[in-house]
Amino acid sequence: MAILNEEQEMLRDMAREWATNESPVTEFRKVRDGGAPEAFDRDAYAVMAEMGWAGIIIPEEHGGSDFGFLSAGLVIEELGKTLTATPLVMTTVAASAIMLGGSDEQKAKWLPKLASGEAIATIAVDEGAKHDPGAVQTEVADGNLTGSKAFVPEAHGADLYIVSAKDGLYLVEKGDGVTLETRKLTDQRSHANIWFDGAAADRLASGADTLLDEVLDRARVLVAAEMLGMAQAVFDSTLDYLKQRVQFNQVLATFQALQHRMADLYADLAQMRSAVEAGLQAVDSGFGVARATTIAKAEANRVMHRISNEGIQLHGGIGMTDEYDVGLYLKRSRVLEASFGSSGYLKDRFATLGGY
Amino acid sequence: MATQIDTASKDEIEAFREEVRSFLAEHFPAELKGASLPMGGVGGGVSETPAQKSWREAMGARGWGTPTWPAEYGGGGLSRNQTRILSEELAKAGAYNPIGGMGTLMFGPTLLEYGSEEQKKEHIPPICRGEIRWCQGYSEPNAGSDLANLQTMAEDKGDHYLVNGQKTWTSGGQWADKCFAIVRTDRSDKHKGISFLLIDMDSPGVEVRPIDMISGTSPFCETFFTDVKVPKENLVGEEGQGWTIGKRLLQHERTNISGGGGMRAGDSLGDIAKKYGELDADGKLADRVLRDKIADFEMRWSSFLLTARRAVEESKAQGGVSEISSALKKLGTKLGQERGELAIEIMGKQGLGWEGDGFSDPELAGVRAWLYGKATTIYGGSTEIQNNIIAKRVLGMLDHQ
Repeated sequence: MAILNEEQEMLRDMAREWATNESPVTEFRKVRDGGAPEAFDRDAYAVMAEMGWAGIIIPEEHGGSDFGFLSAGLVIEELGKTLTATPLVMTTVAASAIMLGGSDEQKAKWLPKLASGEAIATIAVDEGAKHDPGAVQTEVADGNLTGSKAFVPEAHGADLYIVSAKDGLYLVEKGDGVTLETRKLTDQRSHANIWFDGAAADRLASGADTLLDEVLDRARVLVAAEMLGMAQAVFDSTLDYLKQRVQFNQVLATFQALQHRMADLYADLAQMRSAVEAGLQAVDSGFGVARATTIAKAEANRVMHRISNEGIQLHGGIGMTDEYDVGLYLKRSRVLEASFGSSGYLKDRFATLGGY
Repeated sequence: MATQIDTASKDEIEAFREEVRSFLAEHFPAELKGASLPMGGVGGGVSETPAQKSWREAMGARGWGTPTWPAEYGGGGLSRNQTRILSEELAKAGAYNPIGGMGTLMFGPTLLEYGSEEQKKEHIPPICRGEIRWCQGYSEPNAGSDLANLQTMAEDKGDHYLVNGQKTWTSGGQWADKCFAIVRTDRSDKHKGISFLLIDMDSPGVEVRPIDMISGTSPFCETFFTDVKVPKENLVGEEGQGWTIGKRLLQHERTNISGGGGMRAGDSLGDIAKKYGELDADGKLADRVLRDKIADFEMRWSSFLLTARRAVEESKAQGGVSEISSALKKLGTKLGQERGELAIEIMGKQGLGWEGDGFSDPELAGVRAWLYGKATTIYGGSTEIQNNIIAKRVLGMLDHQ
C-alpha cells in the first residue's frame, strides 16, 4: 500500500465501507439478472457521485475535489473488489480527456456535470476487436463525425462520447446520428458497437499532439486499479477457502503444494500493487507517465490473468459454479485485460518507449 | 508530517555536501574512478593496490563506509539525509564504497543489536576501517535448509569452549580473519541448544578448503574445526540465544541478496540487444520474439524495484518490517537469474565464452555471473524456504509438518 495522506485514507475507508456494505457482489448479480443493457444501478451511481467520487480528478473550480489519480485509484480498487457495476472508471477517463484537451468553454460545460453525476461519459477509440488506437477510419467533415467504433465500454449509459477521429479527439453527444448495437461480453456489463453517421462533433483542440496517448495512459492505469481490487478479492477468497475446505481429514491450507502456489500469488500480487500505485502516482506527478502506466497495466494483466485462473483451480469444482463469485471475476478479468492494451500490445509499447 | 529531514536546515545540508566534495577531491584516487570494490560482498583487500589501500583507509577513518553506524564505534554517525548526500556525491565522483564484506552487510548490524559493549568496541571499529574480514559459519553438510539441525559442538570447558565439527559454504573462508558461527551448546533442544560464537580463523585446529564451483571460482569453503579453543567472551548474547540472533542476521542477508541478485547497474537488456542484434527500419529489434521477452522482463524488473521501494517506505511508516519484505528475496533472485539467461540469449554463443581471446571482459564476467547467480535462490534461505515463511507467517496457512 502506498503511503497515503489523511484525506486519502478517509476516502479509501469510506469506499471500502460502502462497497462492502452497500455494494457486495450480490448487487452486481442483481444488475446482471435485471438484464438492462446499460448494466449499472442508477441509484447507486447517484450515491457515488454524491460522495464526490465522480469528481475526484476534476478541479475544484469545475465542481470536483482535485484529489488526483492515486485517490481515484483507491476508490476504484475498492469497487473492483466487489465487482461493482459502475460507469465511474470510464467517466473519469473521459473527464481527463476534457481536462487535457478541452477549451475553457468545453471544460465549463462538461466537467461540472460529470462531477455531479448528472452526465456520464466514455471514450470510443478502437474500431476492431483488438486495441489499436492507430487504426482509425473515423472522419470529421464540417463538424460532423462519421465512422464506427467497436466494443465501447459503458456505451449505453453514456450521455457523452470522446471519439477518436483521424485528426484528433471529439466530443459527441448521444442523440441524432448515433446508433448503438449491444455486444454482450462475458462480464455482462455494458459494451456496444457505435455507428456515428454525421453526428455533431466538437473537437478537443487545446491539448498536445499526444492527447490520445495521454488519455489512453490514464485509461490503462484506472482499469489496472479496478483489476487490482479484483485480484486482491480473488486472492483473499481463495485463501479463506483453503483454510476451510477439509480433505483427507486436513484443511487444504496445510498442504505444502498449495502453500507454495499461494506464496507465489502473494508475491505476484505485491508486484501488481506496486506497479499500479506507481502508475497512479506518476500521473499525479506528471513524470514518466507513459512508461509507468504501461507497466501498471502490463503487470495488472499478467497477475490478474494468473490469479483468476488459479482462483478457479484452487476452489475446485465449486469454482466452476455460477453460485460462487470467483468465476465472475474471471469473466470480467479477460474483458479488462483486452481493454486499452493486451499484454502483447503493452510489451510492444514498452519496448518502443525504451527505444528498442 | 514534520520529519527530521524537513527541519534540518538547508544550509547544514549544503555544508555537508561541500564537506563530502572536498573530502573526495583530497582523498579519492583518480585512477579508481569507475572501479568497484574487488571481491565486493566477500572481503576485499585481498591484494590491494596502493591506491585502493589509501582510499579504504581514508573512508575508514571517517567511518563513511558504514555511514549510519554510531560514531562511537567508528561508524559515520550520519543521518539518513546525510547518507543520501554521501552516496550521491560518491556516485557523481565515480567512487565506490571501499568498506564491504560480510562484516558490514550482516555481522555488524547484528552485533550492534545483540553484542556486549566490550564486543562492539572490539569488533565494530575494524569493520568500519575494512581491516578485518569476516566469514559466515552457518551451513553444515546436514544442515542446509534445515539449518537448526546443525551439529558443530561447542563444549563448555570453564573459561573457554572447545569447538568440534564442520561448516560448509563458508563464504570467503580462505581469506577471512574471523568467523561468526552458530554452534550447538546443548544437544537436548534443537533450537534452544544453539549459541552464537565468534571464532578466530587462525586458531589452531581450524582448517579451510575452498570448494570449486560451477562458475569456475571458489568463493565458498568447507571449514573444519578440530578441538578449537574459543574464549568465553566470544559468545554473543546468552547461551541458547544463537537461533534468535542467527535468524536476525539472515534478515540482513536476505535484504542484501534481493537488492543485488546478480543485477548490475548499467546497460538495460534493450541496449545490450541493440548492440548484438539487428534492427529493422523502424529502429526496433528485428527479432520480435526476443524483443517481446526483453520488454516483459524489464517491466517485471521495474515492478520488483517498485516493490522493494514500497517495502522500505511501508516499514518506515509502520515502524516495523513490512509484510511484503518477505517476498523480496525470492522475487529479486529469480529475476536476477532470468536476466542472466536473457543476456545469453541475446548474445548467442558469444555470451557463453569460458575463457580466452575473442571474448570481451564483460562477456566473460557475464557468463560467470550467470552461473554464480544460480546460488542466489539456494543460499540465504532457498526460494522453497521463503515460500514456507510467506505461507506460514504472512498468509497464516498452517504448518505442514
